[in-house]
Amino acid sequence: MAARAIGPVMLELRNIALSFGGVQALRGISFDVRQHEIRAIIGPNGAGKSSLLNVINGVYVPQQGEIVFQGRVRRRMDRHEAARQGMARTFQNIALFKGMSVLDNIMTGRLLKMRCNFLQQALYWGAAQREEIAHRARAEEIIEFLEIEHLRKTPVGRLPYGLQKRVELGRALAAEPCLLLLDEPMAGMNVEEKQDMCRYILDVNQELGTTVVLIEHDMGVVMDLSDRVLVLDYGRKIGDGRPAEVRADPLVVAAYLGNPSMPEGHA
Amino acid sequence: MSAAAGAAGTHPFPDPSTFPRLLVHQARVRGDRIAMREKFRGIWHAWTWREVLAQVRAMACGLAAQGFGRGDHLAIIGDNRPRLYWAIAAAQVLGGVPVPLYQDAVAAEVGFVLDNADISHALAEDQEQVDKLLEASTAAARKLRIYYDDPRGLRGYADDAVLSCTQLQDAGRAFDATHADFFERALAAVVPGDVAVMLYTSGTTGKPKGVRLTHAALIAAARGGVAFDKLGPGDEVLCYLPMAWVGDYLFSYAQAYCAGFTINCPESAAAVSNDMREIGPTYYFAPPRVFENLHSDIMLRMEDAARVKRVMFDYFMAVAERCGADILDRKPGVPVLDRLRYALGTLCVYAPLRDALGLARVRVAYTAGAAIGPELFRFYRTLGINLKHLYGSTETCAYICLQPDGAAKADSVGMPAPGVEIRIAAGGEVLVRSAALFQEYYRRPDASAAAMDAEGFFHTGDAGFFDADGQLKIIDRVRDVGRLAGGELFAPNFIESKLKFSRYVKEAVAFGDGRDQVCAFINIDAAAAGDWAERRGIAFSGYADLAGKPQVLELIRGCIDRANAELAADAMLSASQVRRFLVLHKELDPDDDELTRTRKVRRAYVEEKYRVLVDALYSGKTEQYIVTPVTFEDGRSGSVAATLSIVDCRAAAVAA
Repeated sequence: MAARAIGPVMLELRNIALSFGGVQALRGISFDVRQHEIRAIIGPNGAGKSSLLNVINGVYVPQQGEIVFQGRVRRRMDRHEAARQGMARTFQNIALFKGMSVLDNIMTGRLLKMRCNFLQQALYWGAAQREEIAHRARAEEIIEFLEIEHLRKTPVGRLPYGLQKRVELGRALAAEPCLLLLDEPMAGMNVEEKQDMCRYILDVNQELGTTVVLIEHDMGVVMDLSDRVLVLDYGRKIGDGRPAEVRADPLVVAAYLGNPSMPEGHA
Repeated sequence: MSAAAGAAGTHPFPDPSTFPRLLVHQARVRGDRIAMREKFRGIWHAWTWREVLAQVRAMACGLAAQGFGRGDHLAIIGDNRPRLYWAIAAAQVLGGVPVPLYQDAVAAEVGFVLDNADISHALAEDQEQVDKLLEASTAAARKLRIYYDDPRGLRGYADDAVLSCTQLQDAGRAFDATHADFFERALAAVVPGDVAVMLYTSGTTGKPKGVRLTHAALIAAARGGVAFDKLGPGDEVLCYLPMAWVGDYLFSYAQAYCAGFTINCPESAAAVSNDMREIGPTYYFAPPRVFENLHSDIMLRMEDAARVKRVMFDYFMAVAERCGADILDRKPGVPVLDRLRYALGTLCVYAPLRDALGLARVRVAYTAGAAIGPELFRFYRTLGINLKHLYGSTETCAYICLQPDGAAKADSVGMPAPGVEIRIAAGGEVLVRSAALFQEYYRRPDASAAAMDAEGFFHTGDAGFFDADGQLKIIDRVRDVGRLAGGELFAPNFIESKLKFSRYVKEAVAFGDGRDQVCAFINIDAAAAGDWAERRGIAFSGYADLAGKPQVLELIRGCIDRANAELAADAMLSASQVRRFLVLHKELDPDDDELTRTRKVRRAYVEEKYRVLVDALYSGKTEQYIVTPVTFEDGRSGSVAATLSIVDCRAAAVAA
């Protein structure tokens, strides 16, 4: 892997607990994410992986614990604040505008960066026009980066699943995030689509320097891609470390993998 | 048999005799006209002839500063990009030889060419190609200087043997400033007899050979074609064919330099059809496969169209079928009413369809390389698209025969091109003599001597004859033509192309030489057959599963019955009807050495690799189990196993 200096801690969760009524989704989770790293979160279904992502970007409010992001300690993350501070995410189930083109979907990722007001944009003159051209140029860079030039004008609903996932990544990238949260970016993909997606995630990480936190089920992918892996089981943290360490941890093997010989594609 | 049109003096470009001089000439005559465009991040960027000259100058000086000089070879690998075309000219200015490589070649194939041509400088499009070059050169401990166009992913390559084109050209400008007249003197030293390009032949047998073509030969061929089709500065070409193929060199480079027309580089291979609509090329080449795909695409979409549209389409296609080709050829005798109907059809169907295909402005379209189905050929002509055949090879600078306007036919390849003399040898082989022949195969005097006889005729290896209209008709490769056990002529390519006229058949391999009957392997077309199955509610899990479905076998049997009926009508080949076939469980693939990079079947290799299947075809078995090693796209290898059914077909009655 090319040289890519992993920096200081940019995000830290301390002793986070989250429950829905009687269900304890997260029980005292602490972990950190360093700048420029790819951090994977794994665990069986219902382990609390998506809940953890939702706590990070402020969709869920934890009952206990604190979040340190960009040096600021807070009890809870505010969703809008998270986006403004450079967090972007994709979802387990694709959440794109199906009737809009690939380009328009990616442009929506630029919304937070647009300064002109509604009236200016409606008139589309002067500053609004210049602004749109600048944002379009950024969107085109992303389109080139993700190699979807030929689909620019295609409505997203007509694309196969793997490509929709790529467009969703594109929209997240359009916000120029410093921290990218990916919720099962490769779920339901075939081998080729997974390979493509892996390459894009690595490229995003290495070329753009973006920090990535991802939830993934495919163990092969997790082991190859990530710098550190966090393992959850029933809302508890049962492992945390480099892929090789996690792989060797008997607790992780017992809880999650079930089989000490480390299967390739656990689903 | 000879023909010599386009005599010297009639063509409009009497003087510039090398490609660098042609570039200077174009920059002087039409310096402000667009020479090339490239779509990048959604926008077409353009360079005038004068700007291209400046870019080539910077690149040539940069290469010179890097030690590239007369007689050196410059490998060029990647998709069609302006910088790659500039590199061709830059190498030529220095008296060097550009060697374009197929962009999908694997590292071992690249390594072969690097060794064979003793290459020390290479220009690559992107990281993928740079990695390939590094892998190939490291394996052979070769010192290779690499220049790249697209910097993505290449920032980490600290190696000082890897430079970006921008760095190369900046260094070139600095070199130019301190070496006055260097560029002019280098350019003037290039003579027409110098080798302008070396292209590796695909090689259906053995290793590829480097075909050396001189400036003189290429310019003769290019000017011949320019005059024949009246190409001029207003024409537009979309360059999307592999740069390593002689056709791309001729259409996108040599003829552009001779006629001064504009070439357009699409955004990516996948975006070609979009970009084609935007550009609307006037001069277009595509292999039959592309025309087949476009046609099946149209038909599929029409099946999904609303009823009104379908009725309109069917009605006007029937009108076009009746009179479209005659109107295109300006033949007299078309009834006035039909002309009116055709005009209305142009408004409602043909023109919108041509526009959707990106063929709205096409004046001249060529196809070559394989047989094209007569219905398909007619389909495009009836739409008013001037589709014609050409025939040629790398060794003849792409041209041997061309069909003139008004004389296009599906089953022949045309009259001898300007300045080309053709002779049919006793065994039926087509021999060619012209000013546009190759100089030699690089470092292969044995092969060069075998291909060129004492009288200067090049032996094409194709068997053919002239038909009643004076057009050449190609039957097959001479070495593939065989005899059945009963002594009847067996021409496998001819049979296979008949089979491939069906859109469900992607590839076919016929066997029969020295045997009592003809049997065939079939590769189904995954898209067409998959769609067919879906519409009938036949569930399948993947290629191998689909290929093994009894309904699909029955579908293919229908295709073979039709091909047999056509073969039965041919006096010479009626014994070659396909009697038994099987559908292969995997697609034949260049990565498995089963096809060449230009997608021709490597017959002997396939026969050897699938020996058990061939034996099963001839032993009367009804099924056969086989395990086949495969190479995946990422270079890993594995194997697939399957039990294939063998199907008997009926032979059509032979016409008396």
